[in-house]
Amino acid sequence: MIAGPKLTLPDDDRDHIQRSIDAPIALLEYGDYECPACGQTHPIVKAIQQQFGDDLCFAFRNFPLTNVHPHAEHAAEAAEAAGNQGNFWGMHDLLFENQDALQDEALAEYAAALGLDHIRLIREVLSGAYAGRVREDFKSGVRAGVNGTPTFFINGQRYDGARSLEPLLAAMKQRSGHYVIL
Amino acid sequence: MITETRYQDMYSKSRRAALAPGTDAPDFTLRSTPDQWLTLSEFRGEPVVLAFYPADWSPVCGDQMALYNEMLKEFQDLGAELIGISVDGAWCHAAFARDRKLHFPLLADFEPKGAVARQYGVYREKDGVSERALFVIDDEGKIHWSYVSPLGVNPGANGILTALEDLQNKKKGKQDDCRTKTYAA
Repeated sequence: MIAGPKLTLPDDDRDHIQRSIDAPIALLEYGDYECPACGQTHPIVKAIQQQFGDDLCFAFRNFPLTNVHPHAEHAAEAAEAAGNQGNFWGMHDLLFENQDALQDEALAEYAAALGLDHIRLIREVLSGAYAGRVREDFKSGVRAGVNGTPTFFINGQRYDGARSLEPLLAAMKQRSGHYVIL
Repeated sequence: MITETRYQDMYSKSRRAALAPGTDAPDFTLRSTPDQWLTLSEFRGEPVVLAFYPADWSPVCGDQMALYNEMLKEFQDLGAELIGISVDGAWCHAAFARDRKLHFPLLADFEPKGAVARQYGVYREKDGVSERALFVIDDEGKIHWSYVSPLGVNPGANGILTALEDLQNKKKGKQDDCRTKTYAA
C-alpha cells in the first residue's frame, strides 16, 4: 500500500525509476498504455528527460482505464513482467510507440524483440501475476488525486497545465525552487 | 446576439448552494433505462454515492464516469452504490453507457429538466446542465458529504472514498458503543 507523500513522489523501493532518486527534480507520471493522450505525451517526457539529464528522476505508475481501453490492463502487466526480467523501460517505450497493437500476441512479440523470455512473460500476463501490483498503482493514483491520464506530479505537486513541452518545462523549473537549469 | 451579460440578466445571479451535510437527501424517482425507473429510497440501508455531471460524451481519458467505473470494486468494498445523474435522456445514457462499458446506473434528470439537480441545489440555469457535484448519502438517507467541483474539473474519487471510509468508521464506532453499553448493563 502506497501512502503519504509517496503517493505523489517516486518511491525507489517499489517504483520503476529512471536516473537517481536523489535528483533535484522528481517527475511522476500516472499513465495508461492505451490512452492516446499518454501516447502523445510520451515523446514530450523523453524530451524533458533529455533536457534535465541527471537532474531529473522520472517514475511511471499504471493507471489503466480498463473498460474504455480493453488492452490497457494486459499492457500494464506486460511492462511489469518485463520489469521483473530487468527491462521495464524497454517494454514501456515499445508499448507507447505501438499503441494500436497491444493485443496479447503483440505483447509477446515485443518481449521477444527485447530479448526477454516471452513465453514466461505472456504466461505471467495471462495468469495475472502482476494484476495486484497494477491495482496498487491505480489505487494510489486515485488517492493522490489522479482523475484521468496522463497525470503528472512535479516534486510531489499535481501539474494541471497543458501537456506540451514548454509549459511542462516551465512548471518544472519553477517548482524545482532556487535550482536553476540551462 | 445573446451575450454573457444578457444571460446574467435573464437568469438569477444568486446560485442556490448545494445541499449541505446533515440534510435529508430529497427522494426522487428517475428513469435508469428507457423502460426502468429507479428510486433513491430503495437504497435505504446502504450508503449511496450520487454523482451529478453536466453531460454524457465528454472526452474519454479525463472522464469522471470512466474513472468511477474503474472504482466500482472499491465502492462496493465500502458497501456503497454509485449512481450517475445528468439531464441527458435515457436513450442517450444507454448509448453512452454501452460505448464506455459503464457498469452502474445513469439516471435521466430529463423531464422536468434538471428537477432533481434543482432539489439538490446543483442546477446551472444558465447552462441548462447540472454542476459536477458529488453527494455521499448515508444508510439512513442523510447527506454525509457533498462537493461541487468547477464544471471543467474532474473531482476524482479521493473525496468519495474518504467520505465512505468515514461512514464505515462511524458505523463501527456505533456498534462498539452498543457493545460497551451491553457490557455495562
